[in-house]
Amino acid sequence: MQSIVSSEIFIITLVCGVYLMALWLYRKTKIALLHPLLVSIPALLGLMSVLEIRYETFQQGSRMINFLLGPSVVALGFVLWEQVEYMKSNAVSILTSIFVGSLVGIVSVIGIARCMGADHVLIATLEPKSVTTPIAMDVAEKAGGIPAIAAVIVIVVGIFGGIVGPFVLNKLNIDSKIARGLSLGAAAHGLGTARAMELGALEGAISGLAIGLMGVTTAILVPVIEWIMSLF
Amino acid sequence: MLGGIFIIMAFYLLGECIAWLLNGFVPGSVLGMMLLFGALSLRWVSPDRVRPVARFLCNNMAFFFLPAGVGIITSMDVLSRYWDIVLVVGTVTTLLVLVVVATLQQWQENRRHSGVK
Repeated sequence: MQSIVSSEIFIITLVCGVYLMALWLYRKTKIALLHPLLVSIPALLGLMSVLEIRYETFQQGSRMINFLLGPSVVALGFVLWEQVEYMKSNAVSILTSIFVGSLVGIVSVIGIARCMGADHVLIATLEPKSVTTPIAMDVAEKAGGIPAIAAVIVIVVGIFGGIVGPFVLNKLNIDSKIARGLSLGAAAHGLGTARAMELGALEGAISGLAIGLMGVTTAILVPVIEWIMSLF
Repeated sequence: MLGGIFIIMAFYLLGECIAWLLNGFVPGSVLGMMLLFGALSLRWVSPDRVRPVARFLCNNMAFFFLPAGVGIITSMDVLSRYWDIVLVVGTVTTLLVLVVVATLQQWQENRRHSGVK
């Protein structure tokens, strides 16, 4: 029995099933806090402990699903191409917004973390928290942080930003689809993009673009800001 | 369908190769996204071949995050040690980036539209 429960077949079926149920609940209730991801994670953790599936076994079994994250980012290139007409005239404003957003992100992390008494290692780990995982891990490591923790923080931030983001945008009366998609991708990377895709194709495409731009800008700005800070 | 999978995987692979040359500075998937966009713009790749697979992948991005999300539990001990700083920095700065990018973008668009008229 345990060999079936630990098999890839069972785990993939389980993950799909749990997610589909969470998706059904979300569509039925229309409560944004019941986002399928937010419901599925604790549900899976609960089922794993009931069925005595160890985390390592789960990770092994679900790696096919995890793998598809990479191709889905590549596929955003197609959505971007489909929507490019809408953003051609906004290239300058998009680049400006991302540059300022990246700068604000890094400086605010350093400022708040310092005020709360974080050491240099923790600050360096937190600096790239708004960018996609592989870039974040690399940037954190080069700045003297801990890549593994950076990866976790990035995912936590992504879930938070992706779920709270659309509310905040509505509260602020942001009606430009470009502004909505761009800010979600810039603040919450892949998860923000997943959420932006739910809002619309243009929002999703811009959000994907924002991940790339934000990642590159942050990767360049972190060493520059670290250097400026070292002067004081 | 298979043709679409091949195209996306080929661009992913190409992106990974360039990422390797760049020492992983930019992830291969993000580079693959940009390359696929470029190839479609130049009409090197037929959009009809990529469409079904790309739609499937992009519409289910949240689902693909699930294993990584469950993986958070393995880092609970580290997270709980710094929970206060991670919580405050994570929430405040994420909202700050969101608000700054959204309002700045909206403001720039509004200004241009009113300027054109």
